[in-house]
Amino acid sequence: MTISGASMTQSTDLDLVNVTKRFGSHAAVDDVSFSVAPGEFFSILGPSGCGKTTLMRMIAGFENPTSGDIRIRGTSMIGVPANKRPVNMVFQSLALFPMMSVGENVAYGLSCRGVSRAEAGERASRMLERVGLKGFGERRVTALSGGQRQRVAIARCLVLEPTLVLLDEPLGALDLKLREHMKIELKQLQATFNTTFAYITHDQSEALVMSDRIAVMNQGRFEQVGSPRELYHHPATPFVASFVGETNRWQGEAAAAPQGGVSVRLPSGTVIHGQGRAADKASLAFVRPEAIALAQDPSALGGLPNRFEGRVSAVLFDGANSSLLIETAGFGEPVRAVLPQAGPLAGIQVGAPIHVGWTADAMKVFAT
Amino acid sequence: MSRKPGIRFTLFLLLAPAVLWLGLLIVLPHVEILVLSFSERVAPRVYAFGFGNYLEFFTEPLYWRTFARTAIMSILVTALTLVLAFPIALYIARVAQGRVKAMLLLLCLLPFWVSELVRTLGWMMLLRETGVVSYLLQATGLTEQRIEFLYNDGAVILGLVYGGLLFMIVPLANALESLEPAVVEAGFDLGGSRWTVLRRIVVPHAMPGIVAGSIIVFMLTVGNFATPVLLGGKNGLWFTEQIYAQFITRFNWPQGAAFGMLLLLLSSAIVWAGLRLTGQSLGTTLKQA
Repeated sequence: MTISGASMTQSTDLDLVNVTKRFGSHAAVDDVSFSVAPGEFFSILGPSGCGKTTLMRMIAGFENPTSGDIRIRGTSMIGVPANKRPVNMVFQSLALFPMMSVGENVAYGLSCRGVSRAEAGERASRMLERVGLKGFGERRVTALSGGQRQRVAIARCLVLEPTLVLLDEPLGALDLKLREHMKIELKQLQATFNTTFAYITHDQSEALVMSDRIAVMNQGRFEQVGSPRELYHHPATPFVASFVGETNRWQGEAAAAPQGGVSVRLPSGTVIHGQGRAADKASLAFVRPEAIALAQDPSALGGLPNRFEGRVSAVLFDGANSSLLIETAGFGEPVRAVLPQAGPLAGIQVGAPIHVGWTADAMKVFAT
Repeated sequence: MSRKPGIRFTLFLLLAPAVLWLGLLIVLPHVEILVLSFSERVAPRVYAFGFGNYLEFFTEPLYWRTFARTAIMSILVTALTLVLAFPIALYIARVAQGRVKAMLLLLCLLPFWVSELVRTLGWMMLLRETGVVSYLLQATGLTEQRIEFLYNDGAVILGLVYGGLLFMIVPLANALESLEPAVVEAGFDLGGSRWTVLRRIVVPHAMPGIVAGSIIVFMLTVGNFATPVLLGGKNGLWFTEQIYAQFITRFNWPQGAAFGMLLLLLSSAIVWAGLRLTGQSLGTTLKQA
C-alpha cells in the first residue's frame, strides 16, 4: 500500500476516533478507531450483525455516533447532514432512481450541486464512457443487467469526485460468475480513479481480493486491521483466524514447549506443536488446509514436528480448491487438507490410507 | 379439447353478474339518456329528434356558467385535497409503523361509516349562524355577533375536500409505500436537499397514486349533489343541481338528459387532459387505485 497523498498536509482521508453507537443498552459499534489513507481500498469485514452497516451509515451521515468523532480530510463530520458530506455511497440494493434514465441517475448529484443541465449531462455521459457504458444514457435503469446497474451506481458516485466512496456489500445480489468478474472490475475502477474506497462485506474472498487493508469486525469492535496477507498469515485473534480463510480448528490445553513454541494437548491426549503466546490454559489451534502436507509414504514428512497417519473420509472436489477430509486418530474432527490437482495424489479415493503433517510455524495457538 | 365448451360455459357464468351489471345499470341507462337528450318537444306529448337541448345549454348563460364553475371548483377541490393528503399519506406510508399505521388509516376511514348526508349535516351544525363555531367565537369574545359560515364557496369547498380526503390518501399511501427507503437515502447522499428529493424522487415515484387519487376525487366532486346543495344553499350552483331541477322540478327529462351527457363529457375530458399533462396511462393509474 502506498500513501499517494504524502505531499498534502493532511495524510488521511477518513479518521474515526473512538466512535461508539448505542441502540438502547446495546452497543452496535463499540469504541472503533481507524484511519484510511488517500487512494486506499479499505474493507470492513465481519459477519452480519457485527455493526459494520451501522458504522458505514454513520460515515455516510444517516446515523449519528453516540460518542466519538468522524473526520474527513481532518474536518469533523459530526452534525453535518448526509447531503453535505464529501462522501457518496453505493447501496447494497444499489438504489438507482427508477424514475430517471441512466444519464439522469449519473447527472442527479451534479444538478443538486447547481451544475447546469447541459454540463451535468455532458459530464455524466463522459463518466458513463469511463465505466464502459457509452451510449447508455437514454436507457431506463430497469433495462440494464446486474453488472451494468452496478457500474451506474458507482458512476453516479464517482462523477461527484468525492473524497471517499462507501460501498455497502454491492456485490451481494449478483450471481457467482458476475461477482467474481465485478471484484476485479471494482478494483480496477478504484485504481483508475484513485479514489478512496471503504467497502463493507461479510464475504472474506471479496475483501481479500480487492483490499489494500482490511479491518475484521466482530460484535461492534475491530478485531484486527491489516493487509490481507497479514490477516491471513498472522491473525491476531482466534476470531480472525477462523473468519478469514478456511482453517482447521482444534481445542486443547496449551503448554510452553522447550523450543520456544507452544504445544497443545488435545482431549484425546495427542500433542501437537505450534506457535503462540498461550500457556497452561484452554486454547485453540488453527492450521490452514494448504499448510498440511500430504504423503503416502511417511518418510516424505520426515522433518515435520506434527506427523499423523489417517484415512481419507471424503474427497471434496472443487477444481483448484479441492480438499480432502482425513480421519486422523486423536483428532475429534477430520483434518482438512488441500488436495493439489497436479500432484500424485490427485486421483486419491475415499478410504485410502494417507500421512499428514505440518510445521510448528503453520499452527497458530490462541488462548480462548 | 372436449372440455373446452365446459370451460367456456363456466367462464360465461362467472362473468355474467359483471356483464349484467355493466349492461343493465351503466350502458343501457346511458344509451337511454343519450337518445333522450336528442329529443325535442315539438307539441304536448310529441317529440322529434333535434339538438335543441344542447343549444339551450349554450344560449342560457346560467347553465354554462354553472357548468364552468363546477369544473373549476372541482379542480380546485382536487388540488387542495392532494396538497392536504400528501403529507398525511407520506406520514402513514413512511413514518408510522405497525399498529399506528393501521390506526391512522382507520381514523381516515371512520367518517365514512356515517352516510354522506349525515356528515354534511354535521358540518351544518358546526358552521351555521347558531352553530358551534359561531357560538365559540362569540363566547370567547373574538367576535361581537354571530357569524354565518354556511352558504358560501368556502363551506362548499371545505365539505368537498373533507369528503374526498380518504380517496386521495389511500392510493397515495399505497404508491409511497413501495418507495424503497434506500432510494430516498441515495437521493440525500448524492447531495439532494429535502426539496430536491421530494421533487425529483418522491413525487415522480408517487405519480401513479397522485393521478389515481385525483381522478377519483375529481369524479366524486363533480358528481356530488348533497354537499353543494346543503353547504352552499342557493349559492351552491353545482351543475348536478341543474340536472336535478330539470328532471324533478321542471319535469323536462330531455333537457336533464342533455345536461347529464355534458357532465359526463366534461369529466372525461378533464381526466383525459390530466392524464396527458402528467404523462400517465390509465392502465398504470388504475393498478395503483
